[in-house]
Amino acid sequence: MKEYFALIFTGGKSLIIGMIITLRELFRPVVTVQYPRETLPISPNFRGHTILIRDDEKPSKHRCISCKMCERECPSNCIDLAGEKREGVKGMVLVRYQLDFTKCSLCGTCVEICPTDALDFSQEYRHVGFSREEFHYDLLAMVEEEK
Amino acid sequence: MTSMAEKGEHRYVLNMGPQHPSTHGVLRVILEMEGEYVMDPQPVLGYGHRMHEKMAESRSWPNFLPNAARMDYLSALIYNHGYVGVVERLAGIEPTPRAEYIRVITSELNRLQSHLLWLGVLVLDLGAFTPIMYTFEDREKILDILEDVTGARLTYCYMRVGGVVRDIDDKFIQRTREYIDWQRSRMPMYEKLVTGNIIFRKRVEQIGEFTPDMARRFGLTGPVLRATGIGYDIRRAEPYSVYPEFDFDIPTETAGDCMAAYKVRVREIEQSLRILEQALDKLPEGPCMAKVPKKLKLPAGDACYAVESPRGELVYHLTGDGSDTPYRMKIRVPSFSNLSLLPELCRGMLLSDLCACMGSLDLVIPEIDR
Amino acid sequence: MSDVMNTGFLPPELLRIIFTVICAIVVVFGNAVVMGYLERKLAGRFQRRPGPMEVGFHGILQLAVDGVKLVGKQLIVPKQTDKALYRLAPIISFAPAIMPMLVIPFAPKLQGRDFDVGLLFILAVVAINVLAILIAGWSSNNKYSLLGAMRSVAQNVAYEIPMLLTLLSVILVTGTFSLRGIVEAQSGGAWFIFFMPVAFLIFFAATLAETNRAPFDLPEAESELTAGFMTEFSGMGFSLFFMAEYTYMFIACSLTVILFLGGWSGPPLPYGEYTSALWFFAKVYALLLTMIWIRWTFPRVRFDQLLNFCWKYLVPFSLVHLLVTAVVLKL
Repeated sequence: MKEYFALIFTGGKSLIIGMIITLRELFRPVVTVQYPRETLPISPNFRGHTILIRDDEKPSKHRCISCKMCERECPSNCIDLAGEKREGVKGMVLVRYQLDFTKCSLCGTCVEICPTDALDFSQEYRHVGFSREEFHYDLLAMVEEEK
Repeated sequence: MTSMAEKGEHRYVLNMGPQHPSTHGVLRVILEMEGEYVMDPQPVLGYGHRMHEKMAESRSWPNFLPNAARMDYLSALIYNHGYVGVVERLAGIEPTPRAEYIRVITSELNRLQSHLLWLGVLVLDLGAFTPIMYTFEDREKILDILEDVTGARLTYCYMRVGGVVRDIDDKFIQRTREYIDWQRSRMPMYEKLVTGNIIFRKRVEQIGEFTPDMARRFGLTGPVLRATGIGYDIRRAEPYSVYPEFDFDIPTETAGDCMAAYKVRVREIEQSLRILEQALDKLPEGPCMAKVPKKLKLPAGDACYAVESPRGELVYHLTGDGSDTPYRMKIRVPSFSNLSLLPELCRGMLLSDLCACMGSLDLVIPEIDR
Repeated sequence: MSDVMNTGFLPPELLRIIFTVICAIVVVFGNAVVMGYLERKLAGRFQRRPGPMEVGFHGILQLAVDGVKLVGKQLIVPKQTDKALYRLAPIISFAPAIMPMLVIPFAPKLQGRDFDVGLLFILAVVAINVLAILIAGWSSNNKYSLLGAMRSVAQNVAYEIPMLLTLLSVILVTGTFSLRGIVEAQSGGAWFIFFMPVAFLIFFAATLAETNRAPFDLPEAESELTAGFMTEFSGMGFSLFFMAEYTYMFIACSLTVILFLGGWSGPPLPYGEYTSALWFFAKVYALLLTMIWIRWTFPRVRFDQLLNFCWKYLVPFSLVHLLVTAVVLKL
């Protein structure tokens, strides 16, 4: 009989304590943001899809030497690049750098392996598209467009 | 279900999952029910199977690094740690001391966020919506800290053989210290809001009780095992990395019910915070990456490396054959063994209790299916 | 009210009926909109998020937009359902919800009809909702729905007993079943909550269970039964259940206010015979907000615990309370 009433007392008390906690939270400021209108700052170390670093000192505006290390090391086979020999230019010239972002697992192997530090991560985290092809990024076009 | 008629005609089959709010992913449980009582729950696996072990055997070993994070999305860094650990052990590479400390710090942060998510989700399974939002507020702080150093928020690919990708800086240490104080200040609130609540206690106390004997029979590990009174934790039993240098307890309870598993995890949060504090204090200077040959071949032989994931014992077993592709890779995941207990644990239980039990086992389905 | 309308062409009684019915429907729909908005907004604030913010100022039009969406949705009738019952269930649930509005005294002169047995009328009409839930669960041909419906029936039958027992304590004091009579018995601030707080708590707990609100929301129990008896309903079928739920909450809280919180009584207002409805609504919404507050704090109880709580705690307490009330009245 004593336990019966003790349970009512302790139980009722725990319920009231719980309600006081939620009531206190009710009057504290919200912690979320209205996403598309407000955004939080992105960490500078955030790893988005890879990009070719822009280097204005080079004639091609990037440092890629078409060595294909990234293509070979990529675990997801999402990089497709090609270079060609051109008259009067030393080394290979990059003609295509396609990143299939639908496959990329953002591991960063390509960035680490690159012998000329030509690759970096972008800060882009909003990827929207209606078809798969919209996520096939042409990194070469991207670096050239920024002229 | 031919045997149903023999067992009793009034039984019926309830198909719970693969899409069900409290199976957390694509777990399907076929329940043979008698009224609201679950007489025979049978988990069905394989909806998220991706052949991770086979993938490891068919490509060079560095290419498996991102896969490690995809198995258990809640403890990606600990999976990272296990994989680089096994490769290092096989190839005989010694990571730098600073890298070991960074690995422990990030792993413990990862464990904390996993436990916080579990805390919210268990209470969500029991019908309370609000606590999960509070735990997410805490968890978000950890994710921000980890994002700053690893570059990702969930599927980290941070550790490398010989060390880690990026060194931590003073800002990281500062933010982690702030976080430790914040989390300590939050725990009394959860104590009052969740642990003390009479409805919560009545829902988890003496529910899903199992004995140490049963736990051994099914190979349970992690907080579920420690809830039966066996203080088995890989960080103590088979110390790896720099864990022997820290002073922390292995929390155990004796009841073996959902409440005991709950209490063990909540106390582990405090222990993880203690490890974090000590690791930040002791953090040695030096490089965060050891000298590793550019083209590392795995020597012929076997290596085994066990780590303590938030769900239990995670073992990587790697067999090399002299090439850079592993000959065989076997991963022992904790959730798989923990789930195998479910049919025996939940026989004759109410449907609501089954949800509580699955919540307290803390299942991560991609890890089981892997 | 009748003297205002005496000038029309129509017989005054007919006008009165039409006017009351329109008012009742307005209250029902208005309440559903206000409660839907409050619930979502408060749920958000309890969880440290802003809640609906996009449609209108602070999301104030969100419910209107949701309503349009639900009306525009295709009604999906799954195969092998009992089609007639399946279509009927939401209507059976919603239609009786309007009727109690006709007898609730919002203010001294704002009452459709004052029955001598108004209280019993409300309880009888509200009990039809259980039938609707059972029909919905049965006709859906879904095991989750059926489980939800079964829970609902057991729960409602069990909690009716402590509810009626506490009601009897009040009736013993007032000596009338007329709602107006009960309110007038509490005039001058002599609210029954001050004399019998235990009865108030029991009654409020029972109303939570009767209206299937958390922590007694077992018929819906999202984490166990996906959506309980509403699993197979979509579009208007769902929204009728949704509105019915809020209307039953409103009715239950109105009853609590009438029985224990003195109905419309409060500090005098100009044109008090009509405007004191303000006090009535203020009290009702205070109780409704408490219900929301409770929902967003507690986990859900288990089925057997729910019945245990009723039989082991609520029924004995209400019986003792009835006895004590009777003895005190005799003395």
